[in-house]
Amino acid sequence: MTNAQPLIQMKSVGKHFGDFQALKDINLSVSKGERIVVCGPSGSGKSTMIRCINRLERHDEGQIFIGEIELTDDLKDLNAVRREVGMVFQSFNLFPHMTIVKNLMLAQRLVRKTSKQEAHEVAMHYLERAKIPEQANKYPIQLSGGQQQRVAIARALCMKPEVMLFDEPTSALDPEMIHEVLDVMVDLAKDGMTMICVTHEMGFARSVADRVIFMDGGEILEQAPPEEFFGNPQRARTKLFLSQILQH
Amino acid sequence: MSFDLSLILDALPKMLMGIGLTFQLLILSGFLGLVLAILVMLMRISGTWWLSWPAQAYIYVLRGTPILVQIFIVYYGFPQLEFIRESFLWPVFRDPFGCAVVALTLNTAAYVSEILRGGVLGVDRGVLEAGEALGLSKSQRFIYLTTPIATRLALPAYGNDIISLLKSTALASTITLMEMTGIARTIVAQTYAPYEIFVSLAIVYMILTFLIQKLLARIERFLGRYTIRES
Repeated sequence: MTNAQPLIQMKSVGKHFGDFQALKDINLSVSKGERIVVCGPSGSGKSTMIRCINRLERHDEGQIFIGEIELTDDLKDLNAVRREVGMVFQSFNLFPHMTIVKNLMLAQRLVRKTSKQEAHEVAMHYLERAKIPEQANKYPIQLSGGQQQRVAIARALCMKPEVMLFDEPTSALDPEMIHEVLDVMVDLAKDGMTMICVTHEMGFARSVADRVIFMDGGEILEQAPPEEFFGNPQRARTKLFLSQILQH
Repeated sequence: MSFDLSLILDALPKMLMGIGLTFQLLILSGFLGLVLAILVMLMRISGTWWLSWPAQAYIYVLRGTPILVQIFIVYYGFPQLEFIRESFLWPVFRDPFGCAVVALTLNTAAYVSEILRGGVLGVDRGVLEAGEALGLSKSQRFIYLTTPIATRLALPAYGNDIISLLKSTALASTITLMEMTGIARTIVAQTYAPYEIFVSLAIVYMILTFLIQKLLARIERFLGRYTIRES
């Protein structure tokens, strides 16, 4: 990558939960347009790492930069950073008391101060891209899991973020719903969105990722383009992990 | 023992003359109690010890003492204090109605604040995190996410407290107020017919409770419309 300024930069980042070290010396640089897949066993720190990027978790060692802004405690407008970083959660986390279209409008209205009419247009635009405009006036509970997750992606996109974080977006879904969510993510990748995805969908990693990162014990053990990562993993731990998730 | 129907027909209209006062006590202390409860609950969950401790102490004291004792303390006790007699609040404490409203308000607020806290704690953390990730500020998350969801969650327990408050208003009769129970007691003193009078009084309270239940069920259906799967 030749871009001068990486979009996201993590330098020697560490994080503890009490005595447990969740992240150890994480160094990661993500350029605009790059698509990163993060994988690793549970408890390896994948989620914690991406949650540090929009400061849902605070790191306690090292530095994190979003563009030129460093995430620190005295950051005045953390929400200005957050609106540039979209996030999709494993459990969708739609606002249950609002209709789908209102879910997509709320942050636009409150954070971007968009007019009601424009917020509605933007919302419908992204619902169409997620192929669910007909669900606009339903409540989240009335949708299937796959539909809810597509709404969650659309909701994040409404804020026109610079980068999208996905925290195991398909792990809570029935198998037949996984592909409809991955389709939306693949479309997004084709449009050049910068993405960091924590996922075990190795097919997605192969076809979309520029780089695959393997984490264990809070550390990045290996990172490589997918052909190399899957074809010739360097570490024994990576090989073991891949053999376990690819054997079926 | 015979059951004298004509006594009831005679007493019922008289007791119903007190229904206005019963409602005034219920609505006024219900409303003021809710406002105070929201305040106490916000103090309790503030995470700041000098706000949270007084709130916890308040809840403990008001839940730990009988409401009848609280009414007596406000009605008989407060007027003994000079600074209350000299304050602008004196007109409230001089009046038994004022005392009853104050005592009922303080009592219900303690219970309701805990009911509301239950609602707030019941809001899914993930939903709030999603709001946070979208850039909503803390107060925006509280107003647009926590409040509506918590209201829905707290409503059944809150309804319980409203019904309980309705019946607590009967205690106001102990400090001379002529609401329904007060009138009933007077009639009993005149007629020596406690059985007929109190049974019919009980039925009136049951009818009121039934109406409040219906109203609450309606509000619950409205607030809970997003919890029903089929559209």
